[in-house]
Amino acid sequence: MMIFVLRRCGTMVLTMLVVSLLLFLLLEISPGNVATKVLGPYSSEEQRNLWLEAHGYFDPIYERYFRWLGNFVIGDFGNSIRFKVPVGEVLWPRLANTGILALATLGVVVPVSLILGVLAGMREGSTLDRTISVSSIVTTSVPEFASAVLLSAVFVFLLDLLPGTSGMSEGFDLKQLILPVMVLAVYDFGYVTRMTRASMAEVMLTHYIRTAMLKGLPYKTVIMRHALRNALITPFTVIMLQINWLLSGVIVVEYYFAYKGFGALLLEASLNSDIFVIEACAMVAVFVAVATQTIADVGYTYLNPRIRFS
Amino acid sequence: MSEQTIEIPRRESSILRAFKSLALLRESAVGMVGLAIILFWVLVAIFADLLAPFPPNATIMPLVMPGTEAPDGGMFLLGTDHIGRDILSRIMHGARQVLIYGPLATVCAYSVGIPMGLAAGYVGGLTDEILSFMANVILSFPVLVLYVIIIATIGASAVNIVIAVTFASAPGIMRIVRGLVLDLRSREYVFAAQTRGEPPWRIMAVEILPNARGPLIVDACLRLGYVIITIGVLGFLGLGLPPPDPDWGGMINETRQMAMAFPHMALFPCLAISSLVLGFNLLADGLREVSLRD
Repeated sequence: MMIFVLRRCGTMVLTMLVVSLLLFLLLEISPGNVATKVLGPYSSEEQRNLWLEAHGYFDPIYERYFRWLGNFVIGDFGNSIRFKVPVGEVLWPRLANTGILALATLGVVVPVSLILGVLAGMREGSTLDRTISVSSIVTTSVPEFASAVLLSAVFVFLLDLLPGTSGMSEGFDLKQLILPVMVLAVYDFGYVTRMTRASMAEVMLTHYIRTAMLKGLPYKTVIMRHALRNALITPFTVIMLQINWLLSGVIVVEYYFAYKGFGALLLEASLNSDIFVIEACAMVAVFVAVATQTIADVGYTYLNPRIRFS
Repeated sequence: MSEQTIEIPRRESSILRAFKSLALLRESAVGMVGLAIILFWVLVAIFADLLAPFPPNATIMPLVMPGTEAPDGGMFLLGTDHIGRDILSRIMHGARQVLIYGPLATVCAYSVGIPMGLAAGYVGGLTDEILSFMANVILSFPVLVLYVIIIATIGASAVNIVIAVTFASAPGIMRIVRGLVLDLRSREYVFAAQTRGEPPWRIMAVEILPNARGPLIVDACLRLGYVIITIGVLGFLGLGLPPPDPDWGGMINETRQMAMAFPHMALFPCLAISSLVLGFNLLADGLREVSLRD
């Protein structure tokens, strides 16, 4: 197990190197734009060149890349072009905000989708199953930006219950968190529900469940003691991988509700070719992806006795 | 030695077989609903010029509620937007954009992803290692982040959206194809072809690929739905097809600030894109259900 985790860490470092190099090359395509974006469209050619020179853009790309890499390793992420402060200063608070958003979303998605998935998979083909299955397809079909518009039309304009933006300008406000979480949860829960349902339905067809039923055990005991344990292994993996998806959804939701998080930061940085912020965000994204994948794999082995003891 | 003729049943033409398998879909109510929704939007897109009551980019009468009469005859069934363009006409023409670039991008992604997957799965070895590592690198990145960075760097245009979708989806397709190939390449008909001395590319294209089509078709449906969402999201973030041509995501982005007073401006494009994606998801579900049955 240790070797497995260590190998994963090795892969992660390698992936980070490749991703950061690719991003450097990609952003290299339009170096002139950076100066225009910082100095504005009315800056002269000379001003732009001076700015590029001062920020080291005329050095060969490998030199700039290795300078960035050396600094990154010792924890210096460089300065943001857009915000004109060290990257860490903008990145960490934003990441914390997104962490709150993601945790709250998972706090809603996990229990709801597990319960619905188990209820649907318990009696495959029943009316309840059909209702849950179809409604989970419907909610996954509504893109986040569309459900954001629909939900705010109802809760902000029609009922006037919730605030329409979540800037949190006057400190943390739980009320402003409700709509973003709702939008993310509505989009995400369908997939987890469907996976849980499939896994549960499969377990219900196994011989040991039939044996337990024929033994005359109460239905509730069969479900709680025999079926659930095995049926919940797959959803665990799915949920871990869902965290990576959440990172995409967060961009749209944070943009729509003006929530000051990681996704909005990445969007702003990309639109302004803010290379060091993009690189730092990308490293965070890769880290989250590989870490969740590793936890999913380790957890899967641990939860599944057939693998654990072989 | 007696002469004996063996009656070999004639193989049905592939078109006929395709139609027969499509007819199987009739058994799935969910799939039929999905197909109906998709056909509806395809027809709207094809006949947008005839159906749309107004030209999509004409500014006629700003900020009009649904059901208002137009100054020179006709009616704004879904109202107009902030600069006076008829929303119904724009949604109809927007369907055209989505249904051209969505499938185009998906086809491009498959034509890159399938050869890569075949090579990784069939050839194996170092080829597989390199291709799988590349796929893992790209997939370890949140998809939307990838789109945003690519589009923000190379600029927003239809071609660039297709390129970005291809780049971001091909690795996922590659992984699926690779998995299917690993399963199929130990089948007898592949060994038979190898014994006959068929070249590897022929075995991959003629023996393996057609037998992997079932799961790939279902995946293509789901993926198409997701690509449509992606095009919508890019439009919504202001990175979509350049204005003024109608684009559902862009329509939502332009008008959402006025949603307080004029909710219809953003609401109808939302319903349009959601229903189309729903169509593809339902169709995928129906196809899966039918393919599991036999």
